[in-house]
Amino acid sequence: MDHSTFAAALLDPAAPMPEGMTDPQGRPAGKRFDVYRNNVTASLIDALQTGFPVLHKLLGDKSFRTLALMAARHDPPRSRQLSQYGASLPDLIARLPALGAYPYLPDIARLELAMRSAYHAADHDALQTDGLSPEALMDLTPCLAPSTRVVASPHPILSIWRRNTDPDAPAPQPGAEAVLIARPGFDPVPHLLPKGGVTFAEALTGHTPLSLALERAIDAAPGLDVAALLTVFLTSGALCLPQPEDQ
Amino acid sequence: MSTHMKSLALMGAVAAALGTVAATGANAQDMEKCYGVSLAGENSCAAGPGTTCAGTSTIDYQGNAWTLVPAGTCADVSLPGDRHGASEAALEADGYIGLARDLPEGLAADVLAQYRPTEMMDG
Amino acid sequence: MFDTGHDAALPAHVGIGYKAQHFTDLTTAPGPVKWLEIHAENYMGDGGRPLAQLRALTERFPISVHGVGLSIGGEAPLDTDHLSRLRHLCDWVHPASFSEHLAWSTHGDHFLNDLLPLPYTSATLARVSAHIDQVQEALGRTMLLENPSTYLAFDESTMDEVTFLTEIAQRTGCGLLLDVNNVFVSATNQQWNPTAYINAFPLAQVGEIHLGGHDEETDEHGAPLLIDSHGREVVDPVWSLYAHTIAQGGPKPTLIEWDNDVPDFPVLRDEAARAAAILTPARA
Repeated sequence: MDHSTFAAALLDPAAPMPEGMTDPQGRPAGKRFDVYRNNVTASLIDALQTGFPVLHKLLGDKSFRTLALMAARHDPPRSRQLSQYGASLPDLIARLPALGAYPYLPDIARLELAMRSAYHAADHDALQTDGLSPEALMDLTPCLAPSTRVVASPHPILSIWRRNTDPDAPAPQPGAEAVLIARPGFDPVPHLLPKGGVTFAEALTGHTPLSLALERAIDAAPGLDVAALLTVFLTSGALCLPQPEDQ
Repeated sequence: MSTHMKSLALMGAVAAALGTVAATGANAQDMEKCYGVSLAGENSCAAGPGTTCAGTSTIDYQGNAWTLVPAGTCADVSLPGDRHGASEAALEADGYIGLARDLPEGLAADVLAQYRPTEMMDG
Repeated sequence: MFDTGHDAALPAHVGIGYKAQHFTDLTTAPGPVKWLEIHAENYMGDGGRPLAQLRALTERFPISVHGVGLSIGGEAPLDTDHLSRLRHLCDWVHPASFSEHLAWSTHGDHFLNDLLPLPYTSATLARVSAHIDQVQEALGRTMLLENPSTYLAFDESTMDEVTFLTEIAQRTGCGLLLDVNNVFVSATNQQWNPTAYINAFPLAQVGEIHLGGHDEETDEHGAPLLIDSHGREVVDPVWSLYAHTIAQGGPKPTLIEWDNDVPDFPVLRDEAARAAAILTPARA
């Protein structure tokens, strides 16, 4: 038995079953081989369903599982850690004309991927601002924590996400939304980024003073709400100070 | 710090943000939580569902088995300006639709092309 | 061959497969559960709750690290990056045991997420032995190799499974993980005698036993086809086979595995108690 033939037949139900596999009576393995086909396919579909709960809810069970079946066959996992599986799903969705009428779906999938990678990211001590004067704060050069993620979309992805995770959330309104994901403890929390937030986040490299990052954000988005922007970054646990070896 | 940053209004906003932070309590770290425990499928050594259909079902792109019509809460997300029924050109311009050059391997372009957003939206 | 050294061996008591939702139960009232097994690949992230939970558990329980993704039976060389991740995990967890499966699960660039079967031939024997040598070298410790659940047979096989595993253990010095449910599943599917399998098995090499539930189906000819689903209680015939195994080989660390439709902790505690009731008299 060569593994190439076996692996190809696992993922393609139309492919011929490898030869030389039998039941106890020496008959072709038939349904016994299908057990392996099912184990592979169903476990990957289940893994995607666990990893993309909002996408699952948006599409409904039947459509989601059809999509996941396509995804599993088209691009099986490359990592042996299932926690990393599904990275190519947003691109697959974006390429399917059948889902073209729902242009926010790829970005919802990206948001869910970002939440998951935040969950497994390295721990950090969040930046503490107790007792700091505004001037001292502005001189700090924080960086985004290892678990912090920013996902920007032309669609209201956070509103859609909330509507599908919290029954009391309001209906989504049209418009672009950028999301800051921060993990203050063990659970990632998504926050809506105010105007200028993406530029601000990109400027926080661990070498740039907060004052300069803020200036860049103001240049990119004149009239932004400075207090609101700083508050979301400072209360969410999204920032940390660079370790000495990083500087 | 630039003059720009030293403006009274800006530093006032910074001070306001600091005040909000001080009023926000520290975040607890629950070792166990009922939801979101894994946020991803986990590896295990269990076998799947036996001989049920997933592994052997073919996707019939031409028939009813092709059920990629969103039937979940997508129906509740009604965004004016979304492209329900938009032209292929408009979709392509926004980079949201795959054309023949850009399809998943193994999916025939002419088969997928039957499924236009307008068709998916009836009912 | 290798010094198992500072990481003490698993106790000849009952453990369970760790699930995150049982953290509080296990740290407050574990009952008969004396050790835990984790699936290595779920603890290879950089941080967060999974690693924090595991760190806390290592202070209370001996841990068995059970790999499911090494693909020891694969045609390709072992993935050295994955071996490094295993090494890193073992370096900080200090597990009482490390085990993997007699199976393959990767091909080319793809991870197929199942324990796929191997023909029992001299070529497979040579390849698996070389891979086990490499694992033991990389981890600096002996490992346990687990017998698989199988659903079909290969025409090209030239030896039976027990002969194959016995030879592997002799060649590499590795120990064996005897999954008694897998024996029952494979024996039913392949129409072997499960008791004869146990009687022929090199029980002295067994460092751990697994017990789990399976599903019952039939093939297209109406023959029974058992599926190793780990989604329900251990069935009575498997308990009997386990009792026979302990009677033959003496007390062994024994794991209750439950991976699908995971129940609340009391159900697992009851399964663990049932295993303990067989183990305890054997230890006396």
